[in-house]
Amino acid sequence: MNSMIYKRKSPLLIFLIPAFLFLLVFLYYPFVQNIINTFLKIGGLGRRAEGFNEPWYENYARLFTDPYMRVAFKNTLLLTVCTVVFQVGIALILALLVDTIRVGAQFFRTVYFFPIVISATALGLMFNLIFLYKGGMVNQLLLSLGALETKTMPSGRVVVTWLDWKDQAHFLFTMFLPVMWQYVGFYFVILVTGLNNIPQELYEAADLDGATGWTRTRYITLPMLRNVLITCLILAITGSLKVFDLPWVMFGAGIPENMGWLTGTYMYDQTFNKMNVDYGSTIAVLIVVLGVILSNVSNRVFRRSEDL
Amino acid sequence: MKFKKASISKVVTYLVLSLWALTTIYPFIWVILNSFRQKGLIMSDSFSLPLGEAFTWDNYLTAFERADFKNAYLNSFVISGTVTVVVVILAGLAAYGMVRYQFKGKGLLYSLIMAGMMFPVFSTIIPVFRLEAVMGIAGTGNRFLSLLAVILPQIAGNLCFSIIILMGFIQSVPIDLEESAYLDGCNVFGIYFHIIIPAAKSSFATVAIFTFLWSYNDLFTQSFFLRYPQERAITGLLNEISSQAGVNYGLMAASVVLVVIPVLVVYVMLQKHIIKGLTAGAIKG
Repeated sequence: MNSMIYKRKSPLLIFLIPAFLFLLVFLYYPFVQNIINTFLKIGGLGRRAEGFNEPWYENYARLFTDPYMRVAFKNTLLLTVCTVVFQVGIALILALLVDTIRVGAQFFRTVYFFPIVISATALGLMFNLIFLYKGGMVNQLLLSLGALETKTMPSGRVVVTWLDWKDQAHFLFTMFLPVMWQYVGFYFVILVTGLNNIPQELYEAADLDGATGWTRTRYITLPMLRNVLITCLILAITGSLKVFDLPWVMFGAGIPENMGWLTGTYMYDQTFNKMNVDYGSTIAVLIVVLGVILSNVSNRVFRRSEDL
Repeated sequence: MKFKKASISKVVTYLVLSLWALTTIYPFIWVILNSFRQKGLIMSDSFSLPLGEAFTWDNYLTAFERADFKNAYLNSFVISGTVTVVVVILAGLAAYGMVRYQFKGKGLLYSLIMAGMMFPVFSTIIPVFRLEAVMGIAGTGNRFLSLLAVILPQIAGNLCFSIIILMGFIQSVPIDLEESAYLDGCNVFGIYFHIIIPAAKSSFATVAIFTFLWSYNDLFTQSFFLRYPQERAITGLLNEISSQAGVNYGLMAASVVLVVIPVLVVYVMLQKHIIKGLTAGAIKG
């Protein structure tokens, strides 16, 4: 990118200053203030700080000893892995498939995006009904397939052992599924746009060389999509670290039995329900640090594989 | 033989695509159907068509009776429209500068943008509120100042994502085009408006869609800054109705439909624009 056009640097200021001014005032300054808050003793949302914590790193020490934090950390990392593999994976498969068809492509593009359009409050309510303990959609389906235990009482009444989708054995599935499902369309749209930006001449050249099907995908489409894929990967990682609304609507505070925390929901609960504003700020810092580390790692890994 | 193989893969392709489409369409239909159902029937029978006895308009009538939808729509469009326009303009300029120029501190700026995407909104909102209170924007009770109080942090919150997305696409625009335009006497701003924007049109539309949706659906920022009834935006209204509705799932469903429809219209409109931008395609790549 060493074109002579961009040797003169002065226009750069006009390109960068407006955006970064906004970010500075309404994002970076507040976040720095948030970091300062992690060292202060703040008793409530509107309250002033009552001096420094004793010792000043008290909140950071607490991150390592807080058992619920460990739970939130583990669940969130698992969610991140699932998100990257399934969300981006499914989106990539769907995008590649849509790219091969003509009839209906527009239809699929439009409808895959629907879950993102619908607000989390509505989706949360819907999934609560689908996974309802007694008479929810999934349980009724299982019952009709004969997958649930039933006992006929002497009186002739049939008692069904319903499956509790939010108990300790199933809550991870019930929590992760809606989150992953909702945003597949998001990565799909980004990937499809990326596919459309691949120059048609490349495919024509490949056709002349006799490359078709998987070979074409492997040697032209995927390498050309690399930048867009890295973007998706980073968005998936950072997105999953701060997932909040759907799990919050469906599970609330750490259900079941404080095993269901995520870093996002735990932070919200500490800040706005438990009024531990300074500890909540500390969790926010942790979320950012984790995101920076994980996305840098994935950036490195992808760059390297390209050099080979 | 070759023909047969091709048609089998076509069938499988359509099957997979349709299955996923079913999972994304059905919930939406489910909400619409239940918005026309008598409220008592939703828990016991939510999957059939609401015909005859079960059909009702009551949920919509109750929704309009209880809430000022017109005002809330207006507030939402002022907020989300402004946020979208400003974000697209600023993010486009910044992404172009970041991709095409080599300068000191570029790596640092890039890391700052990346980090900015990770700040959870609940970590910046309290300092932002205090800042805006000092500036005389937040908590004044003036409707337009309150809307501005939501608009400013939402712009900042959507910028990082938009810059990253646009950078990804601008990188794939071949630089030769810009060089020939430059030789024809075009300056950098001319190149930006006549080459980059047309080439990355679909990406700009994509960014606009996401920004609008996030702004529109962002309950958290709205409920923090819009405290008075006349200031309420549409998602805040939905939340209020649903918290009052209790187990009245019919009212819930009707309000959800009322909230989702404008967003769907905007989405479908921009979606068409994406396709037009691609097929008109002066440049592909």
